Amino acid sequence: MRSCDSSMSPPAIEIRGVWTCYGDTVIHRDVDLTVEAGQMLGLVGGSGSGKTTLLREIVGLLVPSKGSVKVFGHAVLDPDPMLRRMVRRRFGMLFQQGALFSALSVYDNIAFPLRELHVLDEEMIRDLVLLKLGMVELEPRHGRLMPSELSGGMVKRVALARALSLEPELLVLDEPTAGLDPDRGENFVKLIKMLQKELGFTVVMVTHDLDTLAGLATQMAVLADQRIIACGTPAEVVAVDHPFIRNFFCSERAATAMQKGAR
Amino acid sequence: MAAAAIETVQRDGLLHARLSGDWTLARLPQPIDQIEAQLRDLSARNAGWDLEAIDRLDSVGAILLWRVWGRQWPSALAALPAHRHVLERAAGIVAYDDTRGPRRGFSGVLFLGELALRAIKDLLGVIALVGQMVLDLAHLFSHPRDIPWREFSANLYKSGAQALPVTALVGFLIGVVLSYLSSLQLKAFGADIYIVNLIGVSIVRELGPMLVAVLVAGRSGSAMTAQIGVMRVTEEIDALATMGVSRTLRIVLPKLAALAIAMPLLVVWCSAAGIIGGMVSANLQLDLSYGFFFHTLAKVVPVANVWIGMGKGFVFGILIALLACYFGLQVKPNTESLSSMTTTSVVSAITLVIVVDAVFAVLTRNIGMPGSS
Repeated sequence: MRSCDSSMSPPAIEIRGVWTCYGDTVIHRDVDLTVEAGQMLGLVGGSGSGKTTLLREIVGLLVPSKGSVKVFGHAVLDPDPMLRRMVRRRFGMLFQQGALFSALSVYDNIAFPLRELHVLDEEMIRDLVLLKLGMVELEPRHGRLMPSELSGGMVKRVALARALSLEPELLVLDEPTAGLDPDRGENFVKLIKMLQKELGFTVVMVTHDLDTLAGLATQMAVLADQRIIACGTPAEVVAVDHPFIRNFFCSERAATAMQKGAR
Repeated sequence: MAAAAIETVQRDGLLHARLSGDWTLARLPQPIDQIEAQLRDLSARNAGWDLEAIDRLDSVGAILLWRVWGRQWPSALAALPAHRHVLERAAGIVAYDDTRGPRRGFSGVLFLGELALRAIKDLLGVIALVGQMVLDLAHLFSHPRDIPWREFSANLYKSGAQALPVTALVGFLIGVVLSYLSSLQLKAFGADIYIVNLIGVSIVRELGPMLVAVLVAGRSGSAMTAQIGVMRVTEEIDALATMGVSRTLRIVLPKLAALAIAMPLLVVWCSAAGIIGGMVSANLQLDLSYGFFFHTLAKVVPVANVWIGMGKGFVFGILIALLACYFGLQVKPNTESLSSMTTTSVVSAITLVIVVDAVFAVLTRNIGMPGSS
């Protein structure tokens, strides 16, 4: 419902002319990418093509060598710390390994960003944490567990709950289903899809998994040869003639996955 | 997109609260208490609720309303289906039983008991590790090809060669300070010559080994605990085990052997630096010539002291490496445990070194003293 008024508000992510170089190695050469609010963008590319690097540049963990990255119309690396903090509170990131704080319990992990705001009382935080736990289909008693006691799937769920705790408008996912078995991966994809429908946030994700891609992405961007070689709806991207795209999508496995996703 | 706003209207003799704007965490006016008090007041006056003008409602807004309503649905409520769904989510929060078990008051006896039990557990663990070392050594005797030479030499370089500058600096400075302070006293008695005995025996026998032990425990001991700890966290140790490589043989033994070899040498090196420092200071303060100092040193400090110093170095090295590896293997996969185990490793290594040093002092009281031989 929020995608309707997207024409008025600035795009969720706007990448203009980004170059990334490590020494003499060029990883991104003049990359442009726009993600409108409410879209679910899947970023694909071969290993070493710089997908995760681009993702880290979007959330401001890495500085591109050249070019600008804007999130909600503000530069992520704005020199004003207040503005920078404000932008950062509008997106949540789900790290590949979860990146839960190992010294804190599940409950405190989810409560951490809320407590950092210093505006909510403890009762409100408790309700919110329980609500988020319910959202990711965990039970209140799981709140007491420590991250080391969780299974891989639960780590992802808790990390998702933490990423969602500030009601972000943009969710950045790094390999959301890596390390999960297909069944759990599918459940996790369904969960994200359901939450997206309900909360209307924008999603940007990096993934290798075709099922995840087919299940979630409404838009796709393909990173190869240091550039974005294709960007658009899955159907448009698959139609592009490029060796990487042929390899990646046109196998039999890909066809079944895409069909399943389309259904 | 407008900020959250409340409007009250009288309709059919009933008070109605009309909410509009964005009721989200980011857009709610701060402080939240104020708007909550306003809402509570309306709730107390039994108002009807009209939420249809709300643009966006997130869980913070929903929980806020739910809390204001006293955790039950109000009698009159108009809301869009999407917003009603968000409210239902807030309504669905199960009461959380927050009892984490009765909190135990601090009891001295209990604390002591736990401390003792933990000490016994650690003692048994260290003994088991020593036993494993002995078994590994026996294995290496029969299978010399399994000797981890590369790890051994890497550890020798890291904890031995790289420690040379800092041990020399610290030894030299302590020698200077000791010599300077003693010379002030000795001058008063006219016993200037005895500076050589004092510096020689105290540094070679006592200070050299102690200084090196403290430095190495802080430098290499902590590094070993942290390294093994992180290897446990990242399951590298388990990976080794699955490849059929004994973790004690490949990780603990090379560290132990490296420190056992490097420490005595570092002790000699540090003592030499300390004596040179003392010599420089004595030369400046008491006008003792370097040649005289050297000559007298050989006469008044029996060579047994050097052996005692090196022996201490050997034992301290084994103790430091053993404790470092033991505590490293005890690390649980979280950052808190890693930091506490590293602290424990260094603190207990230094404490134990001092205790063992005292035992050494008693056992060797008749050896190497100028008058006794």
